[in-house]
Amino acid sequence: MSLSRREFLKSSAAASAAAAIGMSVPVELEAAAAEAEGDWRWDKAACRFCGTGCGIMMATKNGKIVAVKGDPAAPVNRGLNCIKGYFNAKIMYGADRLTQPLLRVDANGNFNKQGKFAPVSWERAFDEMEKNIKKALKSGGPEAVGVFASGQYTIMEGYTALKMMKGGFRSNAIDPNARHCMASAVVGFYQTFGVDEPSGCYDDIELTDTIVAWGSNMAEMHPILWSRVTDRKLSDPERVKVISIQTYTHRTSDLADIEIIFSPNTDLALWNYIAREIVYRDEAEKTIDWDFVKKHMIFTAGPVNIGYGMRRSDEKSIKEGKYTALEMEIISKEMKTTVSQKEGPALEPFGYKAGDTMTHIPGHLGHWEISFEDYKKSLAPYTLDYTAKIVKGDPDESIEDFKKKLQALADLYIEKGRKVVSFWTMGMNQHTRGTWVNTLSYNVHFLLNKQAKPGDGAFSLTGQPSACGTAREVGTFCHRLPADMMVENPAHRKITENKWMVPEGTINPIGVQHIMKIHRDIEDGLIKFAWVNVCNPYQDTASAHHWIKAAREMDNFIVTSDGYPGISAKVSDLILPSAMIYEKWGGYGNAERRTQLWRQQVLPVGDAMSDTWQWVELSKRFTVKDVWGGYAPSGPRKEALPSMIEKAKAMGYNENTTMFEILFANDIAKSYKLDQNDPIQKGYDNSEGYGDSRKVVGSDGKVFEGYGFFIQKYLFEEYAAFTRGHGHDLAPFDMYHKVRGLKWPVVDGKETQWRFNAKYDPYAAKETKETGNSHAFYGTLAKALKSGSLTGMNKDSEQKPLKNKAKIFARPYMDPPEMPDANYDTWLCTGRVLEHWHSGTMTMRVPELYRAVPEALCYMHPKDAEAKDLKQGGLCWVESRRGKVKARVETRGRNRPPRGLVFVPWFDEKVFINKVCLDATCPMSKQTDFKKCAVKIYKA
Amino acid sequence: MKNETQSDRRKFILSMARGAGITALSGFIWSAYVDEVTASQLLLRPPGAIKEEDFLKTCIKCGLCVEACPYNTLLLAKPGDNKPLGTPYFIPRDIPCYMCPDIPCVPVCPTGALNEPSVTTKGKLDINIADMGLAVIDRETCIAFWGIQCDACYRACPILGHAITVEYHKNERTGKHAYLTPVVHADACTGCGLCEKACVTEKASIFILPREVAMGKAGNYYIKGWDKEDEKRLKDASEIKTTTEISKGTAIDSLNSGIGGLDK
Repeated sequence: MSLSRREFLKSSAAASAAAAIGMSVPVELEAAAAEAEGDWRWDKAACRFCGTGCGIMMATKNGKIVAVKGDPAAPVNRGLNCIKGYFNAKIMYGADRLTQPLLRVDANGNFNKQGKFAPVSWERAFDEMEKNIKKALKSGGPEAVGVFASGQYTIMEGYTALKMMKGGFRSNAIDPNARHCMASAVVGFYQTFGVDEPSGCYDDIELTDTIVAWGSNMAEMHPILWSRVTDRKLSDPERVKVISIQTYTHRTSDLADIEIIFSPNTDLALWNYIAREIVYRDEAEKTIDWDFVKKHMIFTAGPVNIGYGMRRSDEKSIKEGKYTALEMEIISKEMKTTVSQKEGPALEPFGYKAGDTMTHIPGHLGHWEISFEDYKKSLAPYTLDYTAKIVKGDPDESIEDFKKKLQALADLYIEKGRKVVSFWTMGMNQHTRGTWVNTLSYNVHFLLNKQAKPGDGAFSLTGQPSACGTAREVGTFCHRLPADMMVENPAHRKITENKWMVPEGTINPIGVQHIMKIHRDIEDGLIKFAWVNVCNPYQDTASAHHWIKAAREMDNFIVTSDGYPGISAKVSDLILPSAMIYEKWGGYGNAERRTQLWRQQVLPVGDAMSDTWQWVELSKRFTVKDVWGGYAPSGPRKEALPSMIEKAKAMGYNENTTMFEILFANDIAKSYKLDQNDPIQKGYDNSEGYGDSRKVVGSDGKVFEGYGFFIQKYLFEEYAAFTRGHGHDLAPFDMYHKVRGLKWPVVDGKETQWRFNAKYDPYAAKETKETGNSHAFYGTLAKALKSGSLTGMNKDSEQKPLKNKAKIFARPYMDPPEMPDANYDTWLCTGRVLEHWHSGTMTMRVPELYRAVPEALCYMHPKDAEAKDLKQGGLCWVESRRGKVKARVETRGRNRPPRGLVFVPWFDEKVFINKVCLDATCPMSKQTDFKKCAVKIYKA
Repeated sequence: MKNETQSDRRKFILSMARGAGITALSGFIWSAYVDEVTASQLLLRPPGAIKEEDFLKTCIKCGLCVEACPYNTLLLAKPGDNKPLGTPYFIPRDIPCYMCPDIPCVPVCPTGALNEPSVTTKGKLDINIADMGLAVIDRETCIAFWGIQCDACYRACPILGHAITVEYHKNERTGKHAYLTPVVHADACTGCGLCEKACVTEKASIFILPREVAMGKAGNYYIKGWDKEDEKRLKDASEIKTTTEISKGTAIDSLNSGIGGLDK
């Protein structure tokens, strides 16, 4: 499967020797963003799909999108696309597009949870939502109203939902599907840098000498970036090395000089092995850049007995027996485990040995400063022998060959003058120690002074188009507010409340209802109303049958807004037809901090309206007295929420002022004028602003005539104001309509390539003016620590400030909670394929993509298939303690697992693999580990 | 239930095709039959099919191979299909051959039209040596040659890395991306057509042709000096005698035929 080095050199020699550096976009292609040719119109937009953030141009003819092209002026992709991007023109026009609200009703047209879906008016839809939200608020307070949010929200949609939830309903139970894709990266950033998001950017690819892919099939998941990696390799095949570190062979290994197949979860040990090489070779080889480390780093540790993010024994549904004895075999490990032979040596410096009982506390983010000597002690166990023994993932590979690869890997990182970029995606994030493994990556880069420099750095690739731009930057997480602010921080709440013109004290200080907790709270009966926005949580969540059962069989009301009828729509009580991406003004932010905006290209299909409109219309139904009264303690909130009504009156509102008037149609909002002479708006629809020619009958039973102001610009600018002056600076709305995206912080009109680096980042430059240091890690979260040792914090120690410093964490290898055993003898890893986007609601409706990959296959080693009497192409059952699915056996092709592991993609609702997966999470980031659980495979 | 229906469907098609085969012998349809025979050089046959000319003589149109195929890949030619009636074939863009390791369609053939030894290695059935055709790429319409990151054919190939590989070239226009373009290797490609099925262009840009149609042939009188393997072709090399327009006659005749006005 992999290209031999000789073949590679041959093909690269055939390519021109001229390595083109810098822009080479022909002048004629640098045309204005929007141009009219013939009877079609081109305008720029961003690709709907992954976090790469390719720029595209849409051709519109007679009010419909008819074609797409890669934007030659877009720095990320320069006119190219992958095959998902190639089909952007087709994704909105599936035959089963949702075009009107649908409600489950009985024969008389009354709502009935067991009824069939029937079309209803928007007015009726909002009546039902209003009624059920009011019922939920009454039964369980704000904690009873939940939202499944998204990393695919436009920036404006995310901000609208956040504002109404946190400022209106006073609920923090809003959390995105992005929790499932990069929460571990986020907590890794916060813990290490004190602030979210990467230091580097994609330009690192062209500038580096070494690309290491850790748990990332970049070739399929980030194809345009992969083509840049390939180009880099072609430019200097001898110097540039590519290393693929995976649990099974896939296309990313095609290009690799070294492929390391590791046993699931042992990436923790592998990172620590590299760190050990750096630290233990320092005396002889001066491997550590002590000048850098002393100026910029401190060493830290935290507790290790933090569980696995599963339910705990005192939770309602556990006590009520909703989990089977088989499920409880694994869930019981949330409270207590026995330290295994495998993890024993790694845990010794932390005070545990093999055979010990480890009593787990609920995971938290606490950590403390330790000495370098303690850090060094934590690395002692990761000798080549121990590491190779536990890490080797292919039973058919010789241990000696494997050891050589590990040494070569460490040598490449350590080599003086060699630039190294470490990329990862879901392998390191979907991990019960995901936060840990993220921080371990920075350790290695920091010790070598190979972070936040051109061509050097550990870089988290995001899966979704606006996981960064919306979910993280806007803050549609239960614990977050815009621009890195936190609901638990009173000062941050106050800043937000003032900006939003809501009474101080409105925002609920307890924000812990993350996406798994929302599902669990529905199952526990706390959440009575949940709204699905731009995601598919009933397909994409592990232990899926629990959540579907809770939604369908309990007393609650589930609403899904979507373009197509996916599993979440099918599970819902009410379905709302959403305008899809190019049917609305919008913006996304990609993985390299690049923000991109686009205009509404066409009118939505049917009566579909944007999620922004749906939220704003909902806000008309709720007044000050409906939502801002006092609330008794509920769920995770142990204290009462005081009433805001008197404070609201003092601000000039009255009991009947609507949230619409306060949050969305206030005087500032109205100052953003609709203007057909404005070059940004000229000639473009704005369905929210003006209404449109479809004459959609809106939430009040009358034709919707528009809000009369430029609501999208208002929402963007209000949000962007939070970012400016805080190292997160976004450019003005209009600017983004003129350029192909900018990497924030945008200061004095200039984007930032390398954050924290005084040469490139004006914020770092400011912080280092006096010291002359090369870097300033100026994030502010958890920047004062007590001290302690590997086994605990010294409570009496002094809290020391760590201004501008980053952290190196001592964190050991630990087993995941479920591993193959005699009954369930195989690892299951799930993931994606290039042809399909997430749960397939869009791409499974593009005939060409459907034809290319119509179903999810169970990839396995041919010897495993033979041993289990399974035939290539035949059906098998994949069964765990939680459920089973039938899939076709594939022993050939693109994915080649070692013996003992199978891979099943999750895009296919007919092969509903999340019924099989375990809802264990990183206890710190709450991100589910979809990459490992134990299954048995047998003939179907 | 579903399987029964499919089996019924096949039986129906079988009986239609067989009946048509017989009636086809009557005069009226005969001309159509001849046309269909000439069209057959573009047909893709099941694995193990012997040379087309012999296949048409040997296949008794029993349909057992069609019944044995678990994917409904194989079809029997019906009147109006413009194909030799009753003979098995497949259309990879609709349903390709999924390359079952136990090749159920071959051992059931009663006449050897599907020849088991030709898909057998060391006494075991081996679908990887089947030769149903050869994948051909139209480099003008294949979007990988535009720089699009596609490779759908490569990823669909059951023997990827052998039958299809990816070649890497710098994209000088963008200055920082690479072309990843598919290359078919005739020695490994079985013509199963999974690539043609997967191709995402409107009409497939990689498609299967019978090998004789798809391939040229280099003479055995030149052997690649840099490739030891190529020497194998020497075993078919034979005595060489050449004739061109100017060398038709003997040397004497040529010499005595005058000097063609060169003296003028």
